[in-house]
Amino acid sequence: MENNCTIMFKFLIITIGYMLLLNCPSAYARTFTVQPGQSIKAIIEQAHDGDLIRVLAGTYKEKGIVIDKSIVLMGIGNPVLDGEKKYEVISITAHNVVIEGFTIINSGYSSMNELAAIRIINASGVGIRNNKLLNNFFGIYCQHASKAYIANNTISSNGISELESGNGIHGWKSDSLVIYNNNISGHRDGIYFEFVTHTLIMKNNSHKNIRYGLHFMFSNDDTYLDNIFNNNGSGVAVMHSRRVIMLNNEFRENWGSASFGILLKDISDSHAEGNLYYKNTVAIYMEGSSRTLIRRNRFSNNGYAIRIQASCDDNTIEKNNFSGNSFDIATNGSLVLNTFNGNFWDKYEGYDLNRNKIGDVPYRPLSVYAMIVERNATAMMLFRSPVVGLLEKAEKVMPGLTPENLKDEYPLMKPLPL
Amino acid sequence: MKKIIKYILIDILKNRIIIAYTALLFIVSLSLFMLEDNPSKAVLGLLNITLIIVPLISIIFCTIYLYNSSEFIELLVAQPIKRTKLLFGIYLGLIGSLLLATTVGLGIPVLLYDPGPTGMTLLMTAGALSIVFASLALLSAVITRDKAKGIGLALLLWFYFSFIYDGLVLLILFQFADYPMETAMIALSALNPIDLGRILLLLQLDISAMMGFTGALFRDFFGSNLGLLFASLVMVVWMVIPSFIAIRKFKNKDL
Repeated sequence: MENNCTIMFKFLIITIGYMLLLNCPSAYARTFTVQPGQSIKAIIEQAHDGDLIRVLAGTYKEKGIVIDKSIVLMGIGNPVLDGEKKYEVISITAHNVVIEGFTIINSGYSSMNELAAIRIINASGVGIRNNKLLNNFFGIYCQHASKAYIANNTISSNGISELESGNGIHGWKSDSLVIYNNNISGHRDGIYFEFVTHTLIMKNNSHKNIRYGLHFMFSNDDTYLDNIFNNNGSGVAVMHSRRVIMLNNEFRENWGSASFGILLKDISDSHAEGNLYYKNTVAIYMEGSSRTLIRRNRFSNNGYAIRIQASCDDNTIEKNNFSGNSFDIATNGSLVLNTFNGNFWDKYEGYDLNRNKIGDVPYRPLSVYAMIVERNATAMMLFRSPVVGLLEKAEKVMPGLTPENLKDEYPLMKPLPL
Repeated sequence: MKKIIKYILIDILKNRIIIAYTALLFIVSLSLFMLEDNPSKAVLGLLNITLIIVPLISIIFCTIYLYNSSEFIELLVAQPIKRTKLLFGIYLGLIGSLLLATTVGLGIPVLLYDPGPTGMTLLMTAGALSIVFASLALLSAVITRDKAKGIGLALLLWFYFSFIYDGLVLLILFQFADYPMETAMIALSALNPIDLGRILLLLQLDISAMMGFTGALFRDFFGSNLGLLFASLVMVVWMVIPSFIAIRKFKNKDL
C-alpha cells in the first residue's frame, strides 16, 4: 500500500514536471505588435518560440526577413511586404512557423538564385495561409520542407517568358505537404514538384501560367483532387513518378501545338478518375506509362482525347465518356498493349440487339486519318473531306493501317452518368 | 434586267424542284438537330450536306434549267435586250432562288438551334458554294451546245471539286512529305472553293485539333482578319470568273 503510494507520487511529480517543461515557453508566450515604421526584423529578434507577432496594415520594406523561431507572423488588414525587386522577402528556417494575412510583392529576380516571396528551408509544420503574393519571381518555395500547410493563397505574377519567371509553388525534396485552395496564375509553372512525396494538392486553381499548370517530376505517392487547370501554356505534366492519384480535376482549354490537358510521361501504377477534359488540343498524352488506370473520366470537345504512344503498356482505359472529340485515340505505332473496354464513344455506330446496353460489335476508336495526320501533319487540312470519309469507311470494313487489336470489345450504347 | 430577274425568280419558284430542295434541306437539318442532343454534332452532319449536296444540287439544277429554257433565251435574244444583260439577269435569278432555298432550308434550323459563329459560318459557306456552283453551271451550259454533254460536264466539275481534287492533294502531300508544305497547302486550298469552305468550318468545329503544328498555321492565317478577307476574296473570284467567262462567250455564241 505504502509502496503503491510512493510510486503514484513519483509518477505525479514526473508528469507535472514534464508538463511544466513542455509548457514552459507557451506559458510565457507574448504578443508583439508591429506598426508601420517599426522593423519586423527587430521584433523577431526579441521574440521567442511560440510568440505571436501582429503586423498592422502598412508597407514594410525590409531587406529579407529570416524567421528562425517558431512564431506566428500575422498580418492585420493585409500589410504589404515589399521586396523592392531585390530580395527574397521571407525565409523560414524554424519549425512550426505560421505566416498569415500578408500581401507580399516584388521579390527579387536573379538568374543565379531562385528568390522567392516565401521560402521554407529545412523546416516542418510550417503554415502559410490567406496571403496574396503578387509579382514575385518564385511564390512559395519549399526546400526540404515537410508537413507544410499552404492554403487559401492568391499567387499571381505577370511573367512573360519561361526564363524570366519562376514557379508559383515550388517544391524541392519535400514530404507531406498540403496545398489547398490556392489560386495561381501568371507564373512559369503554377505548381512545380521535384522529389516531393506523400503530398495532397486539393481545390487549387492554376491558370494562365506560361508553361505548366502543374509540373511533377520524380514525385511519388502524391494525390491531387478537385483542382482546375485551365488555359496554361502546356497544361499539366506528370513525369517520372509512381503511384500518383488524380481525382475529379478539371483540365480546360489548354491549347497549342505542344499543349495537352495532361502529359503522363513515364508514370506507373497511377490512377485517374472522375476528371473532366474539355477543349484541350490533346486531353491525355501518354508516353512510357505503365499500369495506369483511367476510368470514369469525361473527354469532351478535345482535339485528341487520348494520344497513347506505343511505349505504354498495361494501362486500362475503361468506363469513360468520349464525346465531341475530333479524334478519340491516336497512336504512333502498331503495338497495342493497353485495354480500352467498356467506354462510351459518341462515334460508335454499332447496334445492341440483346438490349444489354453494350454494343454487339467492337468499336475501333483509332481513326485511320489520325494515323495519317500522325505521319503527315499537314494532312490535317483535308480533315472531314468526303475523300477522308471514304477512307475511314474503307478502313472500317477492312482494317489495314490501324492496329488490329486496338478496340473496345464492350462499347456502351449510352453515355455513363458522370 | 430587273424584269428578267423577276421573271426567272417567279418561274423557278413555281418550279417544284426548288421547293422540294428547300424542303429536303429543311427536313434534313431539322431532324439532324432534333436527333443529336449536342448541336455541334448536328452541325457536323450539316457540314457534309453543305459540302456535297448543296454544290451538287446547285450545279445540276442550274445547268438543267438553262438548257430547258434555251427556247425562252432564244426568244429574248430576238428582243432589243443586250445579251450580257440577258444572261446576267438569268444568272442573278438563279442564284437568288438558290440563296432563298439555302436560307430557308438551312438557315431557319440553324438559327433555331445553333445561332453561334459556327452556324453563321455554315450558312455563309452554303450560300457561297451555291453561288460558285451556279457560276460553274452557267459556264458549262454556255460552252456546250449538247444538253447531255453539258450536264455531264457539270457533274464532272462537281465530282472533281468534291472528291478528285482532295485525293490529288493527299497524293501531293505524301509525295512531298519531306518538304514544308504549309504555305503550299494554303495556296492549294484556294484552288478549290469546297476546300476553302471546309477549312473555314473546320476552324470553328475542330479548333482544338487544329491547334497542332500545321493547324496552328491555318488558324493564324484563316483566323485573322486578313485571312478571312483572303478567303472571301477567293470565294468572290470563284463566283465572278466562271460567270464572267460564260457571259463573254455567250455574247458571241451562235445560238
